[in-house]
Amino acid sequence: MSMTATVGRGRADPHHIGRAIEHPGPASKRIVTAYGFWVFLLSDIVMFSCFFAAYAVLVGQTADGPKGSEIFEHRNVAIETVCLLLSSFTCGMASIAADVRNRFWFYLGMAVTCLLGLVFLTIEFREFANLVSRGYGPSRSAFLTAFFSLVGCHGLHVSAGVLWLLTMMAQVFAKGFRADILRRMMCFALFWHALDIIWVAVFSVVYLLGSSV
Amino acid sequence: MLGKLDWSAIPFDQPIPLVAGAMVLVAILGVLTWVVVKGHLPYLWHEWITSVDHKRIGVMYVLLASVMLLRGGSDAIMMRVQQAIAYQSQGYLPPEHYNQIFSAHGTIMIFFVAMPFVIGLMNLVVPLQLGVRDVAFPTLNSVGFWLTATGALLVNVSLVVGEFSRTGWLAFPPLSGLTYSPGVGVDYYAWSLQISGIGTLVAGINLVTTVLKLRTRGMNYLRMPMFCWTTLASNLLIVAAFPILTATLAMLLLDRYLGFHFFTNEAGGNVMMFMNLIWAWGHPEVYILVLPAFGIFSEVVSTFSGKALFGYRSMVLATMAICVISFMVWLHHFFTMGAGPDVNAIFGIASMIIAVPTGVKIYNWLFTMYGGRIRFATPMLWAVGFMVTFIIGGLTGVLVAVPPADFLLHNSMFLVAHFHNVIIGGVLFGAFAGFEYWFPKAFGFRLDERWGKLAFWFTFTGFYITFMPLYIAGMLGMTRRLQHYDVAAWRPWMFVAAIGMAVLSIGVICQVMQLVVSIRNREALRDRTGDPWDGRSLEWATSSPPPVFNFAFHPDVRGEDAYWDLKTHAKQQLLGHHPEPEYQDIEMPKNSPTGFVCAFFATIMGFALIWHIWWMVILGGLGAFATFVVFAWRDHDEYVIPAAEVARIDGVNLEERRSLVSMAGSI
Amino acid sequence: MNLLDPQGPVAVANSQILVDSVFIMLVIVVPTIIAILAFAFWFRASNRRAHYQPDFVYSGRVEMVVWAIPALTVILLGGVAWIGSHQLDPAAPVPGTGSPVRIQAVSLDWKWLFIYPDQRIATVNTLTVPAGAELNFQLTSSSVMNVFFIPQLGSMIYTMNGMVTRLNLRADNEGKLQGLSAHFSGDGFPDMMFDVNVISPLAFPDWVATTAKTDSVLNEDSYKKLMEQGIERGRPTYRLEDPRLFDLIATQHIPPGPGPQIASGAGRPRSGGLDAR
Repeated sequence: MSMTATVGRGRADPHHIGRAIEHPGPASKRIVTAYGFWVFLLSDIVMFSCFFAAYAVLVGQTADGPKGSEIFEHRNVAIETVCLLLSSFTCGMASIAADVRNRFWFYLGMAVTCLLGLVFLTIEFREFANLVSRGYGPSRSAFLTAFFSLVGCHGLHVSAGVLWLLTMMAQVFAKGFRADILRRMMCFALFWHALDIIWVAVFSVVYLLGSSV
Repeated sequence: MLGKLDWSAIPFDQPIPLVAGAMVLVAILGVLTWVVVKGHLPYLWHEWITSVDHKRIGVMYVLLASVMLLRGGSDAIMMRVQQAIAYQSQGYLPPEHYNQIFSAHGTIMIFFVAMPFVIGLMNLVVPLQLGVRDVAFPTLNSVGFWLTATGALLVNVSLVVGEFSRTGWLAFPPLSGLTYSPGVGVDYYAWSLQISGIGTLVAGINLVTTVLKLRTRGMNYLRMPMFCWTTLASNLLIVAAFPILTATLAMLLLDRYLGFHFFTNEAGGNVMMFMNLIWAWGHPEVYILVLPAFGIFSEVVSTFSGKALFGYRSMVLATMAICVISFMVWLHHFFTMGAGPDVNAIFGIASMIIAVPTGVKIYNWLFTMYGGRIRFATPMLWAVGFMVTFIIGGLTGVLVAVPPADFLLHNSMFLVAHFHNVIIGGVLFGAFAGFEYWFPKAFGFRLDERWGKLAFWFTFTGFYITFMPLYIAGMLGMTRRLQHYDVAAWRPWMFVAAIGMAVLSIGVICQVMQLVVSIRNREALRDRTGDPWDGRSLEWATSSPPPVFNFAFHPDVRGEDAYWDLKTHAKQQLLGHHPEPEYQDIEMPKNSPTGFVCAFFATIMGFALIWHIWWMVILGGLGAFATFVVFAWRDHDEYVIPAAEVARIDGVNLEERRSLVSMAGSI
Repeated sequence: MNLLDPQGPVAVANSQILVDSVFIMLVIVVPTIIAILAFAFWFRASNRRAHYQPDFVYSGRVEMVVWAIPALTVILLGGVAWIGSHQLDPAAPVPGTGSPVRIQAVSLDWKWLFIYPDQRIATVNTLTVPAGAELNFQLTSSSVMNVFFIPQLGSMIYTMNGMVTRLNLRADNEGKLQGLSAHFSGDGFPDMMFDVNVISPLAFPDWVATTAKTDSVLNEDSYKKLMEQGIERGRPTYRLEDPRLFDLIATQHIPPGPGPQIASGAGRPRSGGLDAR
């Protein structure tokens, strides 16, 4: 097999591409995992962009139902936003703690992140329940359909994120800061920050622009 | 308790699907019984079902595609026969049945034949060509495959339990909305695509990461074989386009299940949004399928012409150009919806621009043949057949990209002929070429050439006899999806097309025969060298079939056509001196039933969702989540192949190879 | 229904562009196919006379030509597409003799309703038009999407519920043509073919007068009956009670069609309306 170990010196460059920097070989697991997860996050953002597009198309189709400005409550949205932004910070703290293998700060960071996520979800759930009880559910109009789907899709992601977060805490508890668990923690942190970025877009497009209409 | 499911779901009154379904069921049970009685179950479980080896998964993808090709093909035969006899009569298929058949045909052929076929070949070959031991995420790879299989299973279940969608392969609302399609057909369609779509997305992420991050030493981007480039482009498109399909189908499902108003007529829904979204996925999808085929042809033409690929950099550029432009043309699918002339013209021209890099590819293959020493083995026949056929498909494609021409040809049989021209002539020919070309690599023996050539010639002529008449029918004003018609002028062409379909079917039978004959004669057809075609890229540098670790050492690449250069080098040195290599332990990912178990729960969940059996949905969801947690909890996901074992496996191959090189060297 | 036998100016222009484009492309496609077959034949391994050039893998000149050929073709065709799209926009006027005829077409499940608001009549599955006059179509759908298409008159266009699309055509010669729906719309879709009678402009007023004498009246109620799913084998004609009927349909004041009445098990509903009326 020594042959395959030294492949090709003959006419190695038929297209005269010239000497390039030699590719060093397969990347490390950590890089591969994070890279793959990045690609996944990009695809997730593409999916969100469809719901954003649908919202943009349908925002005016209120079918004589309420407009955005009539149903959005700024105080709640502000609290939600603060929760999520803070949770990104605490999630970052937890990541750092994981990297230096400090269990206490890791658990603390994750617990606070979880708590903030739950507060966010509770407020969102109450907002939705309140709207539905007033008869402004998603089947009231195309605008509300798009609103519930876009915001709800983000909410579902946050819920999945909380589940993942709890699983991560349990894994660190059971197995410690093993290399594969640190890789997963890195993915989780990427996921949580991506949700934050999407929320910023939701906040701007739905609530800020929507309430001015 | 069972939601909408009751005995009326079984079509006792329709003998055709019932008998077909019963036959499939008997066949499956028969195979299962045989497997269990013969004691093959443990082998299947350990070596295939739970395997995370990219080669095994690739083979299973191709197997799935081949089985579904037979299903989709029988749909096609039924449609051709129906249209041949349904002149001034109802034919033999009532509309509700015929409409299911053409919907199922399109859905199956795209999602469960073409997609798994190309993904299977990419899975099988790309890590070998890159000189690495596996894809980036082996277990996820298995999950992706099994989710695709779940989708295929659900589509076939609809044959006997309930019905399939009757709204065409893209299920346009409002026809596919709850008001106009209250049955479970559209739900079968949407859920099976959702589930298999997740599988495809996983495969896409996996392959993108593999190509970009896992390449052997020295495998710079501009040294990758063309197939790796097209794989990269195709999977970038998957990653960018499939989420759009997921979102669109999710919206359709929300409309149907929860009374949302994305695409309804009422409350401000917008059906044109569906058109835009589905084609924003649908057009890139076409290129997702055809780009890997372009890659296959590049490999085949170059190998069998005994030359490096002509204009390699041009080809790379053309591939990536197609990748980008394919996202900017979706509106040409509905020029006739009344968008303004500016919009139509711009999208028409954008669609034509895509023909430029495609044309360049054709010319580059042409000049690869120029000055070559062409061996007409079966893969090369498919390649030449493709080049001729695809040009015709390209011509008609550019024609319908001219808006005023499309105003006459939109949705006509002409269009049907066009996209079969590019999908059969491009994707399917490509898949067959790849199948013939890489089969020895996957299984260690070549396919019988005589049957292979028969299969090519029957398929090739059958294709022309079937689809050229459809072009003419389109020019005679015939629209697609007609269950019956009263226009005498269309009838003879439908007859000819049906005859063509028969010829095409003989081609498929030859293909099956080829497989049977080759398996029987496998000892005579054995490929001992690992390089049956005098190949040029790294997959031929290891044995056939490759060991589980592919390469005992990561090959060190110094240029394009890595393996060709190796051979030249070895011949020059006339074998010289070969020190015994120092083997090392190799870590490989462990088998995992995660994919299969996930698919099991996904099937339950999908079926329950289709029939509104909510307790079962929850059960399936919990099961899937539990599977993930168990998977995440595993402590050892790799096992070690000791150096001695590597040496033993590699030694055998090395001997064969040395004898090959010394033979070549002595010439 | 031959597309190459056009019977109106729009179809003439459409098919002219179609044929021109094919010829433009054939100019490069035919030589390319011949080259493929010729190269494949000449450079076969068994041909001793062919010169093996394994190093001929790059040539800047050839590269330039192979990019230039398709690019030039596309530039030419792009021009054709740009000009054609503007001249043949479905909503562009098609001047004719006499006063234009306004026709409001509604695709129903599974028949075509043609309303002549100015003549205050309506027909189902038969379109009668005077030769030579400009035909102004406004189109909508009572339920699902369809495409209105008379192959020999040219340009097709979608019909969609809650929306109005516009199309202008002209028929030049008297005679019988056929139209169809070119977008699948459900079980009765193949029966959405309709007759197009092109009659002389002089006979048109007579036809209108005869039709107006019919007893059947088209109003909201009879329209609602008509839009139930089913196939229409006859060719009923109506007096139009309210010339604003089309607007009521297009603005959804009359709600969209009801869809299938479920006849059998929930899993496999059969459309009840497939029996001819």
